[in-house]
Amino acid sequence: MTQALFRSDKQPSGQLFHNNEFMNDLRLQMLKFAILQVRNEALAEDAVQDAMLSAYQNIDRFNRQAALKTWVFAILKNKLIDILRKEKRYTNASILEEGASLNDEALIDHLFTENGHWQKDERPQKWYEPDHGVESKHFWRIFDTCLEALPAKYSRFFMMREFLELDTNEICDNEEVTVSNLNTTLFRARLRLRECLEDNWFQGENNT
Amino acid sequence: MMKCTQATQLLSEKLDRPLSNKEKMNLGIHTAMCPACRQFGKQMLSLRDISQRYVKQSDREERGDNT
Repeated sequence: MTQALFRSDKQPSGQLFHNNEFMNDLRLQMLKFAILQVRNEALAEDAVQDAMLSAYQNIDRFNRQAALKTWVFAILKNKLIDILRKEKRYTNASILEEGASLNDEALIDHLFTENGHWQKDERPQKWYEPDHGVESKHFWRIFDTCLEALPAKYSRFFMMREFLELDTNEICDNEEVTVSNLNTTLFRARLRLRECLEDNWFQGENNT
Repeated sequence: MMKCTQATQLLSEKLDRPLSNKEKMNLGIHTAMCPACRQFGKQMLSLRDISQRYVKQSDREERGDNT
């Protein structure tokens, strides 16, 4: 039975699955995304497999790589939400606290003066043409790197909120944190992420 | 007046919860006078927009390297 799923090379769309490079990249991207989300490689692998299988089964619906990708990520996203809902207890609080708050005070001191105003040369700059800039591969590489540089808890909360679009209560339930703790963590994650993007992408753009 | 440290936190929280009227007013007064925090607020919205595009990964391969 399973064999039949892969026998789609007669349709033009079936070729997508024979483009090994594309499929490998897609699988790796999904896996990275899933692992960051659920922090469990086995669960992440399963979710990615399921999402890929659904894609194989529905291959006729796609004639462009981009369309397939959007769709397969949507499936993956739902699977991850299910896993997170079921696996409430997966978070090991002690692991998450590590390193999280270590550098926050230092960052705040770096960005703001003692009386709580922006340091002159740290004031946020206008992000010129983000629409244009964010289309490039180079931008996404920097974005990846900036995300990975966040403490684990920060990036997970940020991704739950912004990638999976879970609402605050849902994240607090799942992660057993208070609303104010979540809000502070999201704030710090965004503060770091914007700092990293501004230093590594937007600043460079402005100077050219 | 509200400090930039407080204003930036509210500009982030605004994305996660509705602000109270008092918070809105104080934040409004602050950002009216503080271009850096106004910029920060715009960047918070950009971050959300960028994140949504990241997940959709739309046409990333097809557009290739020509920025």
